[in-house]
Amino acid sequence: MMPWTVTVEGVGTCTGKDGEDVLSALERQGHRFVDVGCRRGGCGVCRVRVTDGDYRTLKMSRARVSAEDEACGMALACRLIPEGDCTVVPEPLSNRFPATTTNARRSS
Amino acid sequence: MTMKGVTKLGTMQLKVMDLDESIAHYVNIVGLDLVERVGKTAYLKAYDEFGKWSIALHESDSPGMVDMGWQVRSDADLDRFAARVADLGIDVKEHAAGSKNGVGRRIAFVLPTGHAMELYADMEMAEDHPGIHNPDLWRKPPHGARSQKLDHCLLYGDDLDGTFRVFKEALDFDLTETGFDGDTRIMAFFTCSNRAHDVAFVRFPEAGRLHHCAFKLDSWGDVGHAADLFTQQNVSVDIGPTRHGITRGQTIYFFDPSGNRNETFAGGYEWYPDHPTRTWDPDQFGKAIFYYERALNDRFMGVVT
Repeated sequence: MMPWTVTVEGVGTCTGKDGEDVLSALERQGHRFVDVGCRRGGCGVCRVRVTDGDYRTLKMSRARVSAEDEACGMALACRLIPEGDCTVVPEPLSNRFPATTTNARRSS
Repeated sequence: MTMKGVTKLGTMQLKVMDLDESIAHYVNIVGLDLVERVGKTAYLKAYDEFGKWSIALHESDSPGMVDMGWQVRSDADLDRFAARVADLGIDVKEHAAGSKNGVGRRIAFVLPTGHAMELYADMEMAEDHPGIHNPDLWRKPPHGARSQKLDHCLLYGDDLDGTFRVFKEALDFDLTETGFDGDTRIMAFFTCSNRAHDVAFVRFPEAGRLHHCAFKLDSWGDVGHAADLFTQQNVSVDIGPTRHGITRGQTIYFFDPSGNRNETFAGGYEWYPDHPTRTWDPDQFGKAIFYYERALNDRFMGVVT
């Protein structure tokens, strides 16, 4: 097995070691191409869709990647281990703090 | 002490995606002891807890919480609280003694934020309980992060106002700290004891989410020791060591192997019922949550299981 290169579509490329997950490789090299959450397959913020290349995945939360999603190439970058060069598109599951989405102001 | 009918958070059941990996984390990193393993469930406890277990791990295809178990003073309290929760229009179920490992009769209900809660009065004492007669500090030296007990949980959910009423009006918790954006309550920190919080809630678009499950450490020194261990063991750390403005606790947030957030928590002020609720404005939420950084990180706001 060889080191791999992942192309994050429209953002940049990153190399990784054999057996390394995509998110670890991105973080290790200071790339901020996808959001970093729990790094353990639970929260879904680093979700991507693999559009090209061979890969395997470790266990991912079914609440964040359904079987149907998985069959369509959806994966969490922290659980995504390329087995050669791959191309991915970020598909983050983002939930924002509601405090940032309201314009209401408290009267004193 | 200021304990009312509900005396403490006794149990937390979590979903994990790989039981062996998770047991290794909660034993070797958090510092709990494995009590027993039954099929795809593992029961664990911290060294300074008397109850048979405090953490249950259930193997599942997704992480998150199953339920929290609150201990009350007496069996009669169960009926009293069941009636008061039902008065808020919430469906309350009763479960016979023995149907949950080592736990007596229980009442169960789901909060408006989608989190399952249970109350119980009795739990079997652990075989490996803390010393009682001329006790040492511990039976064997603490390991891992040296967690002493399950401390509190922070839960994220949608109907914060509904859950607020359950804890304030039905369960007699005190509100120690809170935060608003406009007229909207964003967060609520509750205690049933004289600790700065036993449970907290943050408003969030999804129901039933777990933000973190915290374990008590003895000191700031032990938080530093935990930080050393987490780096050496390549634990996924969210933030810390740092301090909360809310509760004043000293902390590290980190993740278990399924992405459930854990916290090591030390310090925190003592609460008494005459104390006023402390209130935070949105432009100070950064300092409220991470006192030294004075800013929230994106993970605090959006990463939940």
